[in-house]
Amino acid sequence: MSNESFFYQALVYLATMVVFVPLAKKLNLGSVLGYLIGGIIIGPALLGLIGHGGEDLMHFAEFGVVMMLFLIGLELEPSLLWKLRAPILGLGGLQVVVTATLVAGLSMVFGLPWNQALILGMILSLSSTAIVLQILNEKGQMGSAAGQSAFSVLLFQDVAVIPMLAIFPLLGPSGAAGTVEDGQSLIAHQPAWAKTLIVFGAVSALVVGGRYVVKPILHIVARTRLRELFTASALLLVVAIAVLMTLVGLSPALGAFLGGVVLANSEYRHELESDIEPFKGLLLGLFFIGVGATINFQLVVQEPWLITGLVAGVLAVKFLVLAGLGKLFRLSGEQNLLFAFALPQVGEFAFVLFSFSEGARLLPAELVDIMTAVVAITMALTPLLMLVYDKVIVPRFGCTANREEREPDTIDEKNPVIIAGFDHFGTVVGRFLRASGVPSTVLDLDSDRVDLLRQMGLKVYYGDAARADMLKSAGAEQARLIVIAMATPEKTLEVVDTVKKHYPHLQMLVRATQNADAFDLMNAGVLHIYRETIDTSLRLAADVLEMLGRRAYQSQRAARMFRRFDERSLKGLAAYRDDKQYVNIARERMEELQKLIQADAYTNMLIRDGGWDRENAEERN
Amino acid sequence: MKILVLFAHPAFERSRIHVRLLQAAATVQDVTIRDLYQVYPDFDVSPQAEQPIVEQHDVIIFQHPFYWYSGPALIKQWMDLVLEHGWAYGKNGTRLQGKRMMNVLSMAGNEQAYSAQGHHGHPVNAFLLPFEQTARLCYMQYLPPFTVHSSNALSDQQLNEHANRYIQLLEQLKTNAAALISNPPPNPSGLS
Repeated sequence: MSNESFFYQALVYLATMVVFVPLAKKLNLGSVLGYLIGGIIIGPALLGLIGHGGEDLMHFAEFGVVMMLFLIGLELEPSLLWKLRAPILGLGGLQVVVTATLVAGLSMVFGLPWNQALILGMILSLSSTAIVLQILNEKGQMGSAAGQSAFSVLLFQDVAVIPMLAIFPLLGPSGAAGTVEDGQSLIAHQPAWAKTLIVFGAVSALVVGGRYVVKPILHIVARTRLRELFTASALLLVVAIAVLMTLVGLSPALGAFLGGVVLANSEYRHELESDIEPFKGLLLGLFFIGVGATINFQLVVQEPWLITGLVAGVLAVKFLVLAGLGKLFRLSGEQNLLFAFALPQVGEFAFVLFSFSEGARLLPAELVDIMTAVVAITMALTPLLMLVYDKVIVPRFGCTANREEREPDTIDEKNPVIIAGFDHFGTVVGRFLRASGVPSTVLDLDSDRVDLLRQMGLKVYYGDAARADMLKSAGAEQARLIVIAMATPEKTLEVVDTVKKHYPHLQMLVRATQNADAFDLMNAGVLHIYRETIDTSLRLAADVLEMLGRRAYQSQRAARMFRRFDERSLKGLAAYRDDKQYVNIARERMEELQKLIQADAYTNMLIRDGGWDRENAEERN
Repeated sequence: MKILVLFAHPAFERSRIHVRLLQAAATVQDVTIRDLYQVYPDFDVSPQAEQPIVEQHDVIIFQHPFYWYSGPALIKQWMDLVLEHGWAYGKNGTRLQGKRMMNVLSMAGNEQAYSAQGHHGHPVNAFLLPFEQTARLCYMQYLPPFTVHSSNALSDQQLNEHANRYIQLLEQLKTNAAALISNPPPNPSGLS
């Protein structure tokens, strides 16, 4: 590819993204629909800017799906996967089997031979992981019952692609099977037992390697503190998994998912997430543009009724199956409808499976042409269906808000508190919160400390809280509070700036080392500032009073009053911060305080408890 | 007429009665609710903060569960520190003069238990004598208490009736508090 055409293509695609996605967002249509519309417009049907490059683009951009599954894996700790086993196997399995059977049956009614009907049924039973997860994420529904069910079904489908690829050749006319093996696969010519062994070997290599090779390497890379190096390692990891899986003839997407799950417990989870995320986003965007561009409008114009009928039929069958199964699995009214409205499209794997089937002469080319258009249209319609759900269905369930409030926190829920910085200061905060039953997500920059704390069984993640993407993967969108307890004032201000810019909804509770830092934080608009030594020093001072013979209650009460007075005067002094006046004012305050103490009026000014005086009591008697 | 509800409950998060009562009080205009355990978790009640607030109101209500025949400790702390000589009582302490004061109470025992023959041996009013005399010493008029008995055994409907009764009381306090002295707020029949 010459440089010019590369730049030209990049120009077209990037411009499409930048123009259409914000437009779609502005119209409340969601980003996926923006990409799709962009693809349709620059595609051969309208502007023809990318000719028939759409399919090549999709092949390239399918890697985005691999990355997405890696990220999904990262989000899924094995324990969560185990908890979801019932919906994944039950709901997901039933969805695939029932939908495939129904579609196959209907296809046979319309005159397709049984084997083609079965292939079609299996392909159409899949839904689009890329679109659905993107939409549910944007709607903040991933943690809800519907979101969890949708996720379970999608996960099962993604795994189901692999046996499907294995079964399809068996359904073809004899002789077709041999041609379908991927040319890149090393093991195409091995006997069956060897294939099985190699596949098992590769998967175990992935699991063992992930734990004992990748983690130490990431540790070394993290210590270099070169950010781009970590990004490169993250990408390398995903690409390496994809290559390994392709070599042994497994789906790269499944491999990436497994790799993600293996690393889900590691301290680099959030860092990996935020490094891969932008690449995934770009590639998926390209993928959606590709989907839009490949819709064969000529065909749609020639056969409008056939295509419309097929689209409606596919959507209806899948919707009914989903709604029925949702009911069976006890999803409540509006959650069940969300579940059914989210998943009735056909997924991106259908394109892969269709081209595979066509190549292996399992399905006739005309059928594949029509169905490809149908699949693309069902995908394009999904965001519109979600709009219908939002505008028509939700208003009918007046009590939605109420019900969601009562629903217990689901397992995937992000924590309400983020703790940024976990040295001796943050540790105490974290321990107390944990003891009080408040889960928090902890980020720290010191990889050695992160290791140590994890060995002690604490969940701490390595990452820089001053980065917006890092905060995002730590759940900043769902969190309510952030405790900023970085070790240095500079880093603290950086985190404050990031939070203010990207997550203004987060309430900040910020650690300050000295008064000067407290002033900086006040200037930055921080309301809740905690000078790290004030409480300890005052507790010590109160103990001094006690040891000198003062009563414990009065000593501690005086310490509390002093802190309040001190905080008030700190706020007053902040105004003079940048002037030379500051020194003078501060000196004045100190003199004032001294005078008060000498006049013995100090305590009286701070503490008013005349009600406990003897004179008072006498008057009452 | 403005009403100040000084509310004290050390375990509000476990309360059912007072959640509902406060909800009801919040619907009435000119009622200020001050959640003392929320304002003073460290018991450092500040007379400087409290006295101006009290001065702006005409009726002072202490709303609290009935602990050991009295209020929770913070109520006492509030009285000890805020009702200063020279402000609340004494020769020049007339800032509360003419205001009215009362208690709004919840208790587990039923009405029968709070009688001469009952489990507690005395009517509720008898236990409230310190409040009554405090009001008198501060030149205030003490009104009969509003009580929610059997607090652990109320149905939702009964609790709602109490809440409505509370709203009526607050409205009446604003318009015609004097009438309350001779006619304490009626207890709807069937509620004990």
